[in-house]
Amino acid sequence: MNNFIDKVFAHSTKIIALVVLLLVAWIFVVLFEHSLESIKAFGFSFIVDTKWAPNLEKFGAFPAIYGSVISTFLAMIMAVPVSIGIAIFLSEIAHVKLKTPAGISIELLAAIPSVIYGMWGLFYFVPIIRDIFGGIGISMLTAGIVLSIMILPFMAAVTRDAMNTTPDILKESAYALGGTKWDVVKDIIIPYAKAGIIGSFILALGRAIGETMAVTFVMGNVHKISADLTQPATSIPVTLANEFAEADSTLYYSSLFELSLLLLVISFSIISIAKFYFLRRKRIA
Amino acid sequence: MTHTQKRILINNIVMVLSTLSAIIGICFLLWILSVLVANGLDAISATIFMQEGAPPGNINGGLKHALIGQLIIVSYATLFGVPFGILAGTYLSEYGQKSKLAEIIRDISDIMMSAPSIVIGAFVYAIVVAPMGHFSGWAGSIALTIIMIPIILRTTDDMLQLVPSTLREAAFALGAPKYKVIIQVVYRGAKAGILTGILLGVARVAGETAPLLFTSFNNNFLNTNMSEPMASLTVTIYNYATSPYEDWQKLGWAAAFILSMFILTLNILGRLFLLKKKGK
Repeated sequence: MNNFIDKVFAHSTKIIALVVLLLVAWIFVVLFEHSLESIKAFGFSFIVDTKWAPNLEKFGAFPAIYGSVISTFLAMIMAVPVSIGIAIFLSEIAHVKLKTPAGISIELLAAIPSVIYGMWGLFYFVPIIRDIFGGIGISMLTAGIVLSIMILPFMAAVTRDAMNTTPDILKESAYALGGTKWDVVKDIIIPYAKAGIIGSFILALGRAIGETMAVTFVMGNVHKISADLTQPATSIPVTLANEFAEADSTLYYSSLFELSLLLLVISFSIISIAKFYFLRRKRIA
Repeated sequence: MTHTQKRILINNIVMVLSTLSAIIGICFLLWILSVLVANGLDAISATIFMQEGAPPGNINGGLKHALIGQLIIVSYATLFGVPFGILAGTYLSEYGQKSKLAEIIRDISDIMMSAPSIVIGAFVYAIVVAPMGHFSGWAGSIALTIIMIPIILRTTDDMLQLVPSTLREAAFALGAPKYKVIIQVVYRGAKAGILTGILLGVARVAGETAPLLFTSFNNNFLNTNMSEPMASLTVTIYNYATSPYEDWQKLGWAAAFILSMFILTLNILGRLFLLKKKGK
């Protein structure tokens, strides 16, 4: 009897674990199936076409892809230096008594839902951008800044974790030789934890590119490519969030599904690179 | 300037810069928190918990529909996601261990943890909302379940592996079958860790907006029927904050405050459980 239950238990856990794999495969298959109509209608030009006109049944995703890339790029160039600074501060500069509370508050801030960051951006940050740059304040630039603030806590926390993997004995040896804090950071911590630090940035990049709510409030969902960063723009998640519930033709839906599939493939690839190249997970035990 | 002086100077510059960046980062985050608390406290009142949504201009509008909707959607997601994640995590830690299959499942599930949640919404739209012909609370719960599974799976896997193998061996030596060892020894040893995983998983999905936008959609009235569109705090925040009506925006801030406090509390509780375990 025990033997029987044992087998049932073992097999059911295995089946459930396999369902996780199947689920991921299923997501890809379903999104692909629903994109077929749009793939057939537009082919490769879907990705490069700049015209998105639902009333004309014409769908080109380039403005959304461009917006995703540029807003994420803006967010990264602002968030990377600041999060390195915060990580150095947390691991080398802060007093021991400050380290834990400051570290925990950063981690807690990473848990605050992105919709809150978006709402703050809309009510408090958009007016500032409007006052400085003119226009309506809802723009690519605003989206990039709000996004950078949203990923900052996550990025700082993982960068600090990567830096903390440096063995104390290495750092202490460098200090004993008369190294300054910067010498230790530059010659010991960064070389030692390089892979982990880069991996953390790429992981944050993967999150930023799929982030929806922090940018939906402040980007405007305008399918136009403009060199002027203070103009409204759109990105893949922003388009999805704004238009999915309103799409009124099968081709429109299909195009939105193709956008989702694109987004999933992009972020899946980015996160895989981070995981497999840089963050090969160290198993416990 | 001697070489040493130069090094010290550069060191000081970098130290000032990184302290500054920490201060800048923390200031921005404090700004957001203070805005949230100030607006939230200003907007919160007893009526918010007693009244449903109302048209703009009506002072009797509340968030009861969103609070209850959120509670139902997240509860069902927890109900489905937790056992699923724990059993899958059990397989990885206790049966699969370092096998190829287990490693693949770990990697894929880890990647899913960071995948864009709005894509999950699109997937659930295709498999649930489109066939049913309308938005529903079920669709919302299913989307959140899919987001929660990888989180629970990962923490269960990690926490079960922390249980010393000598405990398992002792139980085996007494003649216990494997499933009993897992349920009565391994689960007990990892109780605090698993609980933390559940709390963090619930906290994570409770803040999700994007996957609910076109699954559970929204509802301005109290609805407890899972087959109908259902309000959630997060989608309500989005709709009210982007509306032009001041009283709706105010309700949006109240909802944002309640949601953030809920999520922060879960996170702090989760940490306390782990600390308590370490302390023993």
